[in-house]
Amino acid sequence: MNATPAMSSADVIAARLYMRRRIVNGIGLVFAMASTLFGLFWLAWILWTTFSRGIAALSPAIFTKMTPPPGDAGGLANAFYGSMMICALAIAIGAPIGIAAGTFLAEYAKKSRLGEVIRFVNDILLSAPSIVLGMFVYTVVVRTVGHYSGLSGALALALIVLPVVVRTTDEMLQLVPSAMREAGLSLGVPQWKVTMQVLYRAALPGIVTGVLLALARISGETAPLLFTAFDNQFWSSNVGQPLASVPVVIYKFAMSADDGWKALAWAGAFIVTLFVLALSLISRAILLRNKVPND
Amino acid sequence: MSANATAITLSQVDEQRARADARADAVFRLVVRGAGLFVLAALAGVALTTLWGGSEALSTFGFGFLTSTEWDTVGHKFGALAPIYGTLVTAAIALIIAVPVSFGIAMYLTELAPAWLRTPVSAAIELLAGIPSIIYGMWGLFVFVPIMGRNIIPWLNEHVGDIWIIGPLFRGPPLGLGMLTAGIVLAIMVIPFISSVMREVFLTVPTRLKESAYALGSTTLEVVWDVVLPYTRTAVIGGIFLGLGRALGETMAVTFVLGNVHRLSLSLLEPGNSIAATIANEFAEADSEIFRSSLIALAFLLFVVTFIVLAAAKLMLMQLAKRQGTT
Amino acid sequence: MTDVHMSNVALITPAPGAPAATASAPKMAARNLDFYYDKFHALKNVSFDIAEKKVTALIGPSGCGKSTLLRIFNRIYSIYPKLRAEGQALLDGDNILDPRYPLNRLRSKVGMVFQKPVPFPMSIYENIAYAIRHYEKLSRSDLDARVEEALHQGALWGEVKDKLKQSALGLSGGQQQRLCIARAVALKPEVILLDEPTSALDPIATGKIEQLIEELKERYTIAIVTHNMQQASRVSDYTAFMYLGELIEFGDTTTIFENPTKKMTEDYITGRYG
Repeated sequence: MNATPAMSSADVIAARLYMRRRIVNGIGLVFAMASTLFGLFWLAWILWTTFSRGIAALSPAIFTKMTPPPGDAGGLANAFYGSMMICALAIAIGAPIGIAAGTFLAEYAKKSRLGEVIRFVNDILLSAPSIVLGMFVYTVVVRTVGHYSGLSGALALALIVLPVVVRTTDEMLQLVPSAMREAGLSLGVPQWKVTMQVLYRAALPGIVTGVLLALARISGETAPLLFTAFDNQFWSSNVGQPLASVPVVIYKFAMSADDGWKALAWAGAFIVTLFVLALSLISRAILLRNKVPND
Repeated sequence: MSANATAITLSQVDEQRARADARADAVFRLVVRGAGLFVLAALAGVALTTLWGGSEALSTFGFGFLTSTEWDTVGHKFGALAPIYGTLVTAAIALIIAVPVSFGIAMYLTELAPAWLRTPVSAAIELLAGIPSIIYGMWGLFVFVPIMGRNIIPWLNEHVGDIWIIGPLFRGPPLGLGMLTAGIVLAIMVIPFISSVMREVFLTVPTRLKESAYALGSTTLEVVWDVVLPYTRTAVIGGIFLGLGRALGETMAVTFVLGNVHRLSLSLLEPGNSIAATIANEFAEADSEIFRSSLIALAFLLFVVTFIVLAAAKLMLMQLAKRQGTT
Repeated sequence: MTDVHMSNVALITPAPGAPAATASAPKMAARNLDFYYDKFHALKNVSFDIAEKKVTALIGPSGCGKSTLLRIFNRIYSIYPKLRAEGQALLDGDNILDPRYPLNRLRSKVGMVFQKPVPFPMSIYENIAYAIRHYEKLSRSDLDARVEEALHQGALWGEVKDKLKQSALGLSGGQQQRLCIARAVALKPEVILLDEPTSALDPIATGKIEQLIEELKERYTIAIVTHNMQQASRVSDYTAFMYLGELIEFGDTTTIFENPTKKMTEDYITGRYG
């Protein structure tokens, strides 16, 4: 039998099918790349807007002057100070509880039923709407005390800090080799001491990262502060009273019709974004640097 | 060997130290256990107090709270249908955009991108999740809304507005504010969450499965579609639910671009409201007990819905983890 | 951690069937010891002696229970749930499995070194000083002296004396393992348990550790688990051969290696299986 130069009809169908599969695949690949560019495009656009408008509005007065009444010049000094206090307090409340709870999960509850339930609930808390957490603190604290306060704002943010720290502490302690525990305990040192003095030290970079990530999350958090810390036009250190915070001031100023306020809002947005991005880069760096040792 | 040594020879010091150590250990255990239980208490507290705070509104308006669109702050009549509708519609728009895009990103990062590009690109995408939501709100209001109003909405009115069935969705005033805008902003916000879950679960697919499909002559798309996706289906849906949970509860970004109008409208170009935005916008102005209670009831509603969505997400993600663990 | 699950352990009774490998009273001993990982019966009625100031080696194929047995002697297994020991493990005639036996006393008398070197994430000095501080309040100079002594005994002093404040994680694997031995020795224990201490080390570091064991046995009672038969024959005075949770044969090392009574022991030692 001789090979004919013309293709049989089956060959033609197969070739066409193959062509079609390659075209579909090509479309898929283009779509995948386009999707990635699509995501990066928004990131670049949003950062560009924030940076260009923020830098344009930046001036030394931002850090030295108080939030002004509409029409006046001013700064965000009281808001920065308030934010710092609220966030520091939130970390001071949320991180120790989170570390303790993470310790319970990694060192005591391990794979127990209770441990699984707490991990499950913690993950839900991690993604729960922050405004609901704020409402919780409003109902329990603000309504009982009768007025807004920086402390109640810190409590609301502490509820955001908590699950982040619980999860990282749990994961990081589980990464510490069990031989480390055995070595400590085999010396007759009690478990609490081994945990606090040996295991925490071994897991420290990870735990610090968790706290930094939590700080990054709360430093731009606005919704729960609206009805807890509220706002304050003046410089105040009294956490028992309403306190200004950068995100709430940004919200108030950005929604206004006053151009001076809007400029201040952009300046605040720029600084908050810079701070948050720096924190997440630092925490990534810490994690990368500490990935290798301990095996 | 002493044959009858029932009494263990103990020095006083040993015994004291042993007792002190045991006590300190017990205290430590108690403290960390308390902290663990606190996590449970926090979630239960959120549910119970918002239910309690919202009970006045729920009992006053009954089932009508869910079905009425009336939001009369003067006459103290509150129905939550408009914000519920807005929440669902904006979240739906967000998912319609974010799911395919996230799938594309995950596919690019696991199958296509050169190795050196994977880490920086996925880190950049994850940066999107780190940007505070109020920044999305400002960008949305000052940059995106004008573009929507000036360019996109007129174009939609002209080209899509007359199409059968879906036309009415895209007919509306060129305000820029509205549910479509909010949905798009939400989509950008949840893309990093969904895509990073998808990327992670795609990476769990055993290489031998993929390799055997490639060896049969499958194209990249066919491998992802016919091998990777079926293998990870539950977890992928879990990731989508995680994004849905975020979209439902997102507050500040939506508050800026939704328009805060308590009205049901078919058009996606009309301003509307969402549960979270309603609370953020109106809480400071809530001047009566029933108004405040209505807002807290909204928070309770939002909590219940997100809880269900997030719990479902977690359960689906756990299924894949379990299979990973057993194979 | 408490050891409630061991409350049914009997107090000391004379052990009739105990093999008498040594003439004098043993430093440590197992008497009719059984061990369970939840439902799995890992050690079956094991009895043997660990003679004072001698090296006793535990050998056998992996999974035979030799490590499990070693880990009973300072109750380190008790940090995990669902693990249970029955029978007796004796230290100077006292049953250490008795819940009334204070754990810190046991662990200060019976030190342990693990397979992989696990220095604590602190300085070399702190690694040694850490546990001492838990037991004794010492002046700065006394503590310094104790650390130096321990590092001498760990044959490490010469290599680290100029960098005591540096992190112990910077030491080589062999140095880390000697640091772990020094750390155990610092508490002035009476017994040292070595759980495959050289399995993660190169031959040179292994040689140093073996030499160190030779020196340490003048002061301490040593029990070592190893799956390296040459090592057992080199360093030990007595050898116990275990298989599937049972003690097959126990005797002095020369006899076990040159003239074993059981066929199974001979097969294992000559490398016919395992």
